[in-house]
Amino acid sequence: MAEVPKDLKYSKEHEWVRVAGDAVVIGITDHAQEQLGDVVYVDLPSVGSEISQFESFGTVESVKAASDLYAPVSGKVVEVNDALKEHPELVNESPYDKAWMIKVKLKDKKELDVLLSPADYDELVASIS
Amino acid sequence: MTEKLIFELSSPGRNTRYVDDVDVPGKDIDISKLLPAGVIREDLDLPEVTERELVQHFTRLSRFNYSVDGGFYPLGSCTMKYNPKIDEDVGSLEGFTRIHPLQPEETVQGALRIMYELQGFLAEISGLSAVTLQPAAGAHGELSGMLVIRAYHRQRGDDDRRIVLVPDSAHGTNPATSAMCGLQVVNVRSNERGGVDVEALRSLVSEKVAALMLTIPNTLGLFDENILEVSSIVHQAGALVYCDGANMNAMLGQVKLGDLGCDAMHFNLHKTFGTPHGGGGPGSGPVAVRENLAPFLPVPVVARKSTGDGDTFFLDYDRPLSIGRVRSFYGNFGVMVRAYAYIRSLGPDGLRHVSENAVLNANYLMHLLKGTYELAYDRPCMHEFVLTGKHLKDEGVRTLDIAKRLIDYGFHPPTIYFPLIVEEAMMIEPTETETRQTLDAFARALLDISSEAVAEPQMIKEAPHTTPVGRLDEATAARHPILRWKRE
Repeated sequence: MAEVPKDLKYSKEHEWVRVAGDAVVIGITDHAQEQLGDVVYVDLPSVGSEISQFESFGTVESVKAASDLYAPVSGKVVEVNDALKEHPELVNESPYDKAWMIKVKLKDKKELDVLLSPADYDELVASIS
Repeated sequence: MTEKLIFELSSPGRNTRYVDDVDVPGKDIDISKLLPAGVIREDLDLPEVTERELVQHFTRLSRFNYSVDGGFYPLGSCTMKYNPKIDEDVGSLEGFTRIHPLQPEETVQGALRIMYELQGFLAEISGLSAVTLQPAAGAHGELSGMLVIRAYHRQRGDDDRRIVLVPDSAHGTNPATSAMCGLQVVNVRSNERGGVDVEALRSLVSEKVAALMLTIPNTLGLFDENILEVSSIVHQAGALVYCDGANMNAMLGQVKLGDLGCDAMHFNLHKTFGTPHGGGGPGSGPVAVRENLAPFLPVPVVARKSTGDGDTFFLDYDRPLSIGRVRSFYGNFGVMVRAYAYIRSLGPDGLRHVSENAVLNANYLMHLLKGTYELAYDRPCMHEFVLTGKHLKDEGVRTLDIAKRLIDYGFHPPTIYFPLIVEEAMMIEPTETETRQTLDAFARALLDISSEAVAEPQMIKEAPHTTPVGRLDEATAARHPILRWKRE
């Protein structure tokens, strides 16, 4: 059963969001990495670029498929996890910790309201597996 | 048993010479006068082997290969069907193989006629009016077709149309093609029957939409039941319908895409018309279009003019609205000859049998399997169908493991994990050229594997057991690729 930490918010597209003041950290969920299989490449935006809620901000490639990453919130990218370039396997090993993907300065805090709670996300995962 | 690399077989001083050097004095050539200093190197580490070793090495490697001529190859979406040998014979005729693209037109009238007639056959089969044979493969055809559509809108001063609608059951190349054309891709979701969600489509069309790109039948092997409504919604918005014709072998002679509202489409000669592909030969992706799009087709188009002593054929470059060249010379001519031979040898009735048998074989196989493997969409399929291996999840066995185990049974595995909209997908396309015995044996193998997965899951997870190498570490190969051999 996929792990769903209680201190995060989630998107329907299987990204997680950790809120820290007016910035958020974004990654993909345990369920997402399980579905993808061995991740071999992660393509992330550069620091300073703008991302928009529910639009693609990058791609993650596994031995099975290449999938878009969807931004759970809008804002400016302030930090990128460069470790994933050399070590994409971190996405499989540590999706919620070492494989955080980008840190974003929030444009509009209200966007967080449409994201899923851990319980809602749990339910979503249960309904599709 | 594995095979060493040819570099590892190397032994200093060995060579493949059977004949002594010629004793006629040669001309001294100073290579430093012919090439820039930067590209001349002394350390070229080429393998040194005898002719005997060389022949053995490549013969052994070729025996590891799996081919359409060697066995069943049900790779969904790829249409790995048997290629009749008569087409190979015709394609090998000297009159076709020993001509040069720069020869004067009057000396290659036969070749031009083949191309002209093939354009006509494809127009007839598609129900559209003009054809280009230039594109070198299916995705290249898509690109050419979409550039034609773009040029059409531009010519009409309708340049704001930058969106291409692509259903989530489309070939993966469709969104890629649209992006290559500088257009924006918007996804259209499928309905519960596996077709385009008509209401979703209705909400997405606008004066910004250039085209809908429709794979028909789609990657689920399903014919869109609402195709007439779908194309009419698109047309009413002023947009065009592009059809990906890669799955034409399900419809040959049964229905014309032009009659269903399609404005432009490509064929994959190397799938539908039985010419080699997948490493066996180059592809060919002709594009057929409706009359209003014809002026934009790539140059040259093969045309006919009537003269006093009959017809002559020529390469028509005088097409001012053309999108230009998409390929050097005239496309993959050798493939066209084989496709022409395929069409002529089967004739209209034979082509209809092709699609009938492709659909019959797929449905037969689907029925043998669907009690054990869950069907993604439980309805009659066209030439292929999608199963899921998810019933074995509790055993820890996944579709990948089932595919690997099939190799032990002597079958090429089907396409797996595609389409993306089906979990643990297995996409099976038997093609029309297989006998009932082959289909039965393949079904038996998949049913046996399902039982094995419950009884001995570990054995399945370690398959294949009968091949020179077992499970390859695909993840490490992709993460840290070593692309070149180097002496340690």
